Amino acid sequence: MGGMAAPQVAPVETPDTDEVPASDRPWVTIVWDDPVNLMTYVTWVFQKLFGYSREKAEQLMLDVHHKGKAVVSSGARERMEHDASQLHAYGLWATVDRS
Amino acid sequence: MFRRHGDRYVATFAVDEVRVLRKVASEVVGLLTDGFDHGDPVVGRLFPEVYPDDAASTAEFRRYTEGDLKTAKIDQAGAILAALPDGEVGGEVRLDAEAAEAWLRALNDARLAMGVRLEIKDGTDLGEELDDAVAEDPTSSRVFQLSVYAYLGYLQESLLNALID
Repeated sequence: MGGMAAPQVAPVETPDTDEVPASDRPWVTIVWDDPVNLMTYVTWVFQKLFGYSREKAEQLMLDVHHKGKAVVSSGARERMEHDASQLHAYGLWATVDRS
Repeated sequence: MFRRHGDRYVATFAVDEVRVLRKVASEVVGLLTDGFDHGDPVVGRLFPEVYPDDAASTAEFRRYTEGDLKTAKIDQAGAILAALPDGEVGGEVRLDAEAAEAWLRALNDARLAMGVRLEIKDGTDLGEELDDAVAEDPTSSRVFQLSVYAYLGYLQESLLNALID
């Protein structure tokens, strides 16, 4: 980056994580349902740790609550372990797995 | 219960509440220091197996992360102890945003620990549990523990609402 760039005419291609091939992000962090954590707290933690919008965080929380678990992040294994340990600091029940 | 006053989160506690909060925070610290035992289901819940089907990878993960996680949990329980009024008195607690978040996590740890001990399950109706326990023996430790567990939930929710507000 840096230097004088010609003005961009065409829109810049921004990578969309949803379109990254599964083989490039083979690990996921999963949060499991538990009977103690408050729903509002779980939503707040997702917003806080991942910067998710309130809507997205709430949807993930509802997935955890109704389906028993939800994938909350995906990427490199080390990154997922980092996410899991952060979630553990907040008392959420998080595990790491291959996607 | 907590309310927001400008950039502070404020609650006034009666002496009984101060005593209960000091007790539960100290119990969490005890669990994470002298009493630390992976065989204890409470420790299992606070430090979940990150690879449930892979003991070796879980052990490796713990080797690198458990010390920090333990320190963080002891510090956040310490944030409760540090903010409470000294001695056998009630009083006001004023938290900045950082302390408020430490309290939230610490209250959650205390509730997780109590939830395991009280065998709280999905769909457990706290009111019903409490009624049953009172009917059996109103002076029992279970009645006290269930009341404290319920109280911590309300307190955590009030602090969270004040933070989100």
